[in-house]
Amino acid sequence: MINQTLILEEMEAQQVVNERPDFMRRFWKSGTTKIGTVLLLFLILFSFVGPLIYRHSAIEAHLLYTDAPPSARFPLGTDSLGHNILAQLMVGGQSSLEVGFAAAFLSMVIGILYGMISGIIGGWVDTLMMRIVDIILAIPSIFILLFLNVAFQPNLIIMIFVLASTAWLGVSRLVRAEVLTIKNHVYVEAAHALGARTWRIMIRYMLPNFLGTVLVAATLGIADAILAMAGLSFLGLGLPPPTPNWGGMLSDAMNYMFQNSWWMIYPPGIAILTSQVSINLIGDGLRNAIETRER
Amino acid sequence: MGVVLLEVKNLNKYFPIQRGILRRNVGAVRAVDGISFAVHAGETLGVVGESGCGKSTMGRSILRLIEPTSGTVQFAGKDILALTKSQMRTMRREMQIVFQDPYASLNPRYTIFQTLSEPMEIHNLYQPAERKRQVESILERVGLAATYASRFPHEFSGGQRQRIGIARALMLHPKLIILDEPVAALDVSVQSQVMNLLEDLQQEFNLTYIFIAHDLSVVKHISNRVLVMYLGRMAELASSEDLFADPLHPYTRALLSAVPIPNPRAKRERIILKGDLPSPANPPSGCVFHTRCPIAQEICKQKVPEWRELRPNHYAACHFVD
Repeated sequence: MINQTLILEEMEAQQVVNERPDFMRRFWKSGTTKIGTVLLLFLILFSFVGPLIYRHSAIEAHLLYTDAPPSARFPLGTDSLGHNILAQLMVGGQSSLEVGFAAAFLSMVIGILYGMISGIIGGWVDTLMMRIVDIILAIPSIFILLFLNVAFQPNLIIMIFVLASTAWLGVSRLVRAEVLTIKNHVYVEAAHALGARTWRIMIRYMLPNFLGTVLVAATLGIADAILAMAGLSFLGLGLPPPTPNWGGMLSDAMNYMFQNSWWMIYPPGIAILTSQVSINLIGDGLRNAIETRER
Repeated sequence: MGVVLLEVKNLNKYFPIQRGILRRNVGAVRAVDGISFAVHAGETLGVVGESGCGKSTMGRSILRLIEPTSGTVQFAGKDILALTKSQMRTMRREMQIVFQDPYASLNPRYTIFQTLSEPMEIHNLYQPAERKRQVESILERVGLAATYASRFPHEFSGGQRQRIGIARALMLHPKLIILDEPVAALDVSVQSQVMNLLEDLQQEFNLTYIFIAHDLSVVKHISNRVLVMYLGRMAELASSEDLFADPLHPYTRALLSAVPIPNPRAKRERIILKGDLPSPANPPSGCVFHTRCPIAQEICKQKVPEWRELRPNHYAACHFVD
């Protein structure tokens, strides 16, 4: 009798089709995600492998060829100091991508730690920690970034920290909200009843639950960081010369708008645009793949 | 009856009600209010009451999943509430809990093997190979195939999941298991199987149960003694036979008269309680039941009834029954 009913129960259980995620497949299914991935891969190859193939200096000034439109010698022309724009674009991409990825990763780590601690401790500690986040969020981030960049002489590492200093806020809110939800799950209580320590609950129960959401936020954060750095460079507060970067190239080009030197403006502009579009497409694809699983 | 395994004395859990930005305490929800009882090794104590009467809070307070406000809990001679965090972690091997909702109580990201081996991981028991054997043997003991270990909770039905929940509680071979409405979320046909399983396991592993339920027929079936709670307080405590044959407290009588009898011609008196359950944040004065009691008098509003032994081993808190 027990066996019979067990079989019945088993049949019932099998109707719950195995919906275990084939995460990557769902991620790849979408065409826009593919476009985004291809574009980003192209940017990465362009910036990091490109200079190995196109062996021209990005900082050498060809003083005889300033403001030159695209030609056989300079495929994308030169700028007002005679820099090779194609070479500059490649090298500029390196710092943009490095800083973008590193700042997003750093902000993810800080945000996860901060949000988790806040959510798990709870009570007045949580209130205090979250009010601090609110206060920093209330200040326009460009203002904070400008201030920090003026206060510290930015190099690549400092730039990463400066950009992460505002980007972690959103992540920490996200993480805290997830932690508050998961904290009240009965299976977390069950783990407590078994004698699990807090770190086990944090790592084994909390982290896997919100990692997907945070990963999406962090991916989109890469785009934000690249854009913020371009913005800072555009305002003249980016990485110091001579290392080229996209925002700085755009800023220089703006001074020569009246000469109609389109070859100075389009390349960095399109590069920034491509980085934004590709990363946002990937982020959206990730989000869709994750949300399907949670449905 | 065996030796006293668990003794609860004057257990209270008040949840503070806080208002305003300064979080001033403006009152307290008296979820558990002055509960005292003893559980003997090997017996099953049933705990019944309406939803919101504090049964589950009481169970969780005993395990310190919720820290009780005051009172003492003695388990095997040790004062549970005085233990440090790490002592308490060790003590958790002895006392476990099975939750009501089998859909919520299993981690959806864990395989069954991970769920069942985690207790051994936490307490550093056995080598990996032995853990696997333990998981398989318990799985089989609760009526599931050992091959299910690699599956995820969503692949199982409610009854199967509850078996897994029970298996998890058994992994550390505890002495006491608090069953917090373990069958309330299951179909009736599955309920009886799980009940039988619980009874078999009790025999085999010499377990002591605190069985929390709101279904009297379920409690009658499995309990040696039954505690009736109302609004966080004890109304009546007696052996299962005595309670069902000769209920003393008017609340118990009303509860029993509401149990459906599978005979449409059976004539009997229903005691219909008027009004709603009062708020435990603002409990009635005197006897908390007086607002709904059919035999309440003036004294019930003023004086809290004493907990009296009205028959041998049959206790109740009422001014008017003897």
